[in-house]
Amino acid sequence: MRLGVSLNPNPPQADKGEANLLGRLFLIIVLMGIIQPIIPLGAAELVPPEGFRAYDTPWDGGESISLTWRVSPSESPEVNYIIYIASSPQGPWIEAMKIRSDAFYKTGALERFGFRKKSKDFHELQIDPRRYFASDKNRQAIYYFKLATARGEEFVPTEQVVSATAKGNWFNIYKINNLIIMMAFSGVVIFFIIHARRNPNLFLRKISGLDAVDEALGRATEMGRPVLFVHGLTSMGSISTMAAVNILSRIARRIAEYDAILKVVNNDPIVLSVSQEVVKEAYLEAGRPDAYNPDYVVMVASEQFPYVAAVSGIMTRERPAANFFIGYFFAESLILAETGAATGAIQIAGTDAYTQLPFFITTCDYTLMGEELYAASAYLSREPMLLGTLRAQDVGKAAIIVILFFGTILSSFGIQFVSQVFRAF
Amino acid sequence: MINMKNKSIDFWILTGTLSLFALVNLLFFLLGRLSFSWEGIGTMIAAGLTLAIYSFLYKDNPTFKVVENLYVGVALGYTVIITWFNALKPDLYDPLLVPLFTGKHAQYLLLVPMFLGIFMLLRFTRRLVWLSRLTFAFVIGLGAGVTIPNYIHTFILKQLEPSMRPVFYGGETLLPSINTLLILLGVISVLIYFFFSVEHKGPVGWLSRIGIWFLMISFGASFGYTVMGRMSLLIGRVIFLMRDWLGVIQ
Repeated sequence: MRLGVSLNPNPPQADKGEANLLGRLFLIIVLMGIIQPIIPLGAAELVPPEGFRAYDTPWDGGESISLTWRVSPSESPEVNYIIYIASSPQGPWIEAMKIRSDAFYKTGALERFGFRKKSKDFHELQIDPRRYFASDKNRQAIYYFKLATARGEEFVPTEQVVSATAKGNWFNIYKINNLIIMMAFSGVVIFFIIHARRNPNLFLRKISGLDAVDEALGRATEMGRPVLFVHGLTSMGSISTMAAVNILSRIARRIAEYDAILKVVNNDPIVLSVSQEVVKEAYLEAGRPDAYNPDYVVMVASEQFPYVAAVSGIMTRERPAANFFIGYFFAESLILAETGAATGAIQIAGTDAYTQLPFFITTCDYTLMGEELYAASAYLSREPMLLGTLRAQDVGKAAIIVILFFGTILSSFGIQFVSQVFRAF
Repeated sequence: MINMKNKSIDFWILTGTLSLFALVNLLFFLLGRLSFSWEGIGTMIAAGLTLAIYSFLYKDNPTFKVVENLYVGVALGYTVIITWFNALKPDLYDPLLVPLFTGKHAQYLLLVPMFLGIFMLLRFTRRLVWLSRLTFAFVIGLGAGVTIPNYIHTFILKQLEPSMRPVFYGGETLLPSINTLLILLGVISVLIYFFFSVEHKGPVGWLSRIGIWFLMISFGASFGYTVMGRMSLLIGRVIFLMRDWLGVIQ
């Protein structure tokens, strides 16, 4: 078969060879015009990247290995990098990740806080080897990595095999802002505790829910009915439970003084033990250790809705004159508070569970919202340590307002420094 | 006298309801609507328990008391099983006690939490009750240590980050800017409401009043959202009674 196109219908015989050459040249040009949009000229050759390296990711809990390599001249949105992982240098190799070649550029730790730009000379990514070797319990296991460059069907592997071990670190530099805030706030707390010891008459604004505590206890005493203290569902690790225990201590002391009956219910064995200790100590402080009855501080159920059923039963049968719902509550809040309201008890709730606050507000006589719960123990006891802590919290809130205000203004003018410094990692 | 009369009415209501429930179930079994198998008996028991729990809406009664105690007992049994299979067996029995008696390598470090757990049970003794305080000190200290950094991360840094948005986006509408300013005003005014060492008078009083408005609006939205969720739970139980038990809907 003869290939060729002649431009002249009657070419001279002597120039036959020359005409064939011109025709072939023309055909090549036409074919190139068709093929060129399909295969870009610049993508003719895939250049594998250099400097492939694996190392333990710094500042982490030992769950990842970092991989880095230099950018390659053949990078484009069509080119991908494929990372292979194995638990031995001989394989078998598992395809761990496939990423676009124009992504995952290296960033420095300081850059995360807004001090340095991204480095476009290197790629960097973190990989969790235990995701692919879940059965491997050895924390010191060495993992091996290979890198390949791919574009469509084209595939260029890098012969180099690199290895690393994922080790845990004690310190995470990305959480340095967290540490600094904690230290600064601790300093402020200590300062104000010392200040409150020297000046115990620190001003505290009126919290109406707490002024009603005495009213509720007095009512229970007059009616000769018990006071029911209902803990939330969280354990002692929760700040709201700690605050609840502090309030319980104050209430128990007043109850001991008034010679009324206090019943405490909860759903956690540790909270039970702590509550028993706290109530016992309060009775001792009030000079009425004989009035303390450990059977009045009970764990009624360990699960949420059985707890609700049991506490509702107690409320309807014993008809306490005052109910305190203090701590962190979930879906049980409305059922408990509604049952208490139906029995005609005066009800005071305190929670930092913002999803449950609306239910307490609608069904209780007084509600301590969020931080009022933490302020309650300081308000009731007026102990210098708690007063100082409360004043320090106010200083912390003032600092947050200032940061928010200036952070928003600066970020509006394109200065991201403040918002980066207070970023959560 | 009125109390006696009420008690008598309650007795007849209870007897009538229980008889009706028994009759309906008997009829369903005879007609074949409920199969005489574990599934059919299970449906009948579930329907009975549901109705007994809802009977509390009328008033406290013996059926509710039975179900309440049953519920607490089942929860306790469930917790015991869960504690054994999810905590004690995989974390203590298998890695420490089984290897000790089979001669394999045991994880002796687990003796520390094991003894801390045993100390907690010593609260029931008079002489060794002091040992339980070691465990409580450990648990409370650990809880505070874990909570404080997480608290700063979640309630301070994570909240600050989206609040410090640029006011001007350079977009075509002003709505995003108004949104940012509203968020800023809301956050600042609510924070001012929670100031305890400053009297809420003058500008502080005004701002804290705005804060209360923001709080109440968010509570209203949360209330509506949760009530809708609760309604779906009620619908679930009603569907069970109407479809699976009574069979009046498909």
